[in-house]
Amino acid sequence: MCGNEALAEAAILAGCDAYFGYPITPQNEITAYMSRRMAEEGRVFVQSESELAAINMVFGAAATGKRTMTSSSSPGISLMQEGMSYLAGAELPAVVVNVMRGGPGLGNIAPSQGDYFQATRGGGHGDYRHIVLGPSSVQELADCMPLAFDLADQYRITVMVLADGILGQMMEPVTLEPKPRRSLPAKDWALTGMKDRKQNIVRSLWLAEGALEELNYRFEAKHREIQDNEVRLEEYRLEDAEIVIVAYGIVARIARAAVDRAREQGIAVGMIRPITLWPFPTAQVSAAAETFRMFLTVEMSCGQMIEDVRLAVEGRCPVLLHGRPGGGVPMVDEILDKIRQLTIRSGAV
Amino acid sequence: MKTVFKRTPVLKDCPTHYCPGCGHGIAHRLLAEVIEELDIQDRAIGIAPVGCAVLAYNYIDVDMIEVAHGRAPAVATGMKRTNPDKIIFSYQGDGDLASIGGNEILHAAHRGEQLTVIFINNAVFGMTGGQMAPTTTLGQVTATTPGGRNATGEGYPLQVSELLALLPGTTYVERCALSSAARIKQAKKAMKHAFQLQMDGAPGLSLVEILSPCPTYWRMSPAKAMKWIDEQMSKAFPIGRLKG
Repeated sequence: MCGNEALAEAAILAGCDAYFGYPITPQNEITAYMSRRMAEEGRVFVQSESELAAINMVFGAAATGKRTMTSSSSPGISLMQEGMSYLAGAELPAVVVNVMRGGPGLGNIAPSQGDYFQATRGGGHGDYRHIVLGPSSVQELADCMPLAFDLADQYRITVMVLADGILGQMMEPVTLEPKPRRSLPAKDWALTGMKDRKQNIVRSLWLAEGALEELNYRFEAKHREIQDNEVRLEEYRLEDAEIVIVAYGIVARIARAAVDRAREQGIAVGMIRPITLWPFPTAQVSAAAETFRMFLTVEMSCGQMIEDVRLAVEGRCPVLLHGRPGGGVPMVDEILDKIRQLTIRSGAV
Repeated sequence: MKTVFKRTPVLKDCPTHYCPGCGHGIAHRLLAEVIEELDIQDRAIGIAPVGCAVLAYNYIDVDMIEVAHGRAPAVATGMKRTNPDKIIFSYQGDGDLASIGGNEILHAAHRGEQLTVIFINNAVFGMTGGQMAPTTTLGQVTATTPGGRNATGEGYPLQVSELLALLPGTTYVERCALSSAARIKQAKKAMKHAFQLQMDGAPGLSLVEILSPCPTYWRMSPAKAMKWIDEQMSKAFPIGRLKG
């Protein structure tokens, strides 16, 4: 199965009640797959008139307590930012998949990680965060979906699954099975009609003096709780590393091979692979900066995640970049060359 | 003593934030009465617009949501498709529905969504200070048409209801007004019909446009504003049933 189809089926297994989406490359397999499978399951599929409409259909379905999602690629995700800000303001659970392509503008349809800033900084207006998952294989992409729905329901927050054109299109064997849900809070806030209870209102407008400030502090507390409990990462061959690569998504797959090749050549390299991009594994990267000499972030951009690495390292070690923007994909040899240059420059072996 | 008038329990017992002479209060009451009479308070879900009626949920006692400017028909689609047993309605002004939300209403209608849309047309953006709306009449002075709306450069009053009535996806479209007791009664009848169609599972979208006074930004007395609807506004927006 390709990544796009795998994540779609995984969403169905995770109990997604409704999918809303608009065609855009390289994620069209999701919309096509959902149009067929959701009908088979007797669930809801709507091809919306725009990404703006898709995210607002998600907003509507989520407000009634349903598990719902949309997917798109970079330019479409930009259009959804208004809705994502409202989802944050109204504290509605939703899942959004971004199969990133090159940008800015219409860019191209090649894989990219150029939306890291948009994804991890909120993207829309206002003081908010959402959870961002960065899987690095088709299996992990599929496994992200039940997790994303659970996290969304648990924290009443949007969860973005940040993939890219390679992950979406790549075919790999994948095991799909229903996963048990977390113990989740009741959706007593949902709009279901006032049968036997008082009115429920879903809103994001708070005009009274101090009301919005108080709400934002409550969001902040929720964000801290997520930072404390939901950080996910993989550490690879870190034990005695002189150089730590930080990479996520498909790039981490490539970087892993570069780490192995460097180790074969006697260079002590390891890798930290953030799986949650927000919350970023700041504490783990910070701890690594106490022990290791140098960081190299590898990204399909001119350097976006590197800012989070630098914030965690706090100037204690050099943090360098190997970035390929605009659809460029870093190859194993390129990363290896970069590692060799660093060892020569620093004298590290 | 015989009760001749009482507040419907679907309308909350509180003062509104609307200006004196504003039509929203009347439209809210009609809507609330219709919800009571059809006995759907326990399964109606309403969508408030961005604009003067953004706080409609403070007055109308049903489950409600406040959504981004113009997006109500998309939100309503998400709600109705996942909850076909609920009665979903949006309450939108002309800035919300005819300007920024033009695409959402067009496509919700085009898809034939089973929704009830109450479209309040007062020919201006009220909330933001009386700027030109797509429905502003020619020659009408607003905050952004100080010389009066000129068709050249500022366009003509947009007849959204006529446009939507052309689509196979709409089942019922009627334009009403709040300018007299008789017209108010007709507006209520139209709203009730628009809800009844959804309750009956009629295919397609029902829309009731209501010409509603905005004395503050028309710079008129409430009484004169009512007259202006009949004498001027209804020339650009003919009152009557357009479809269904």
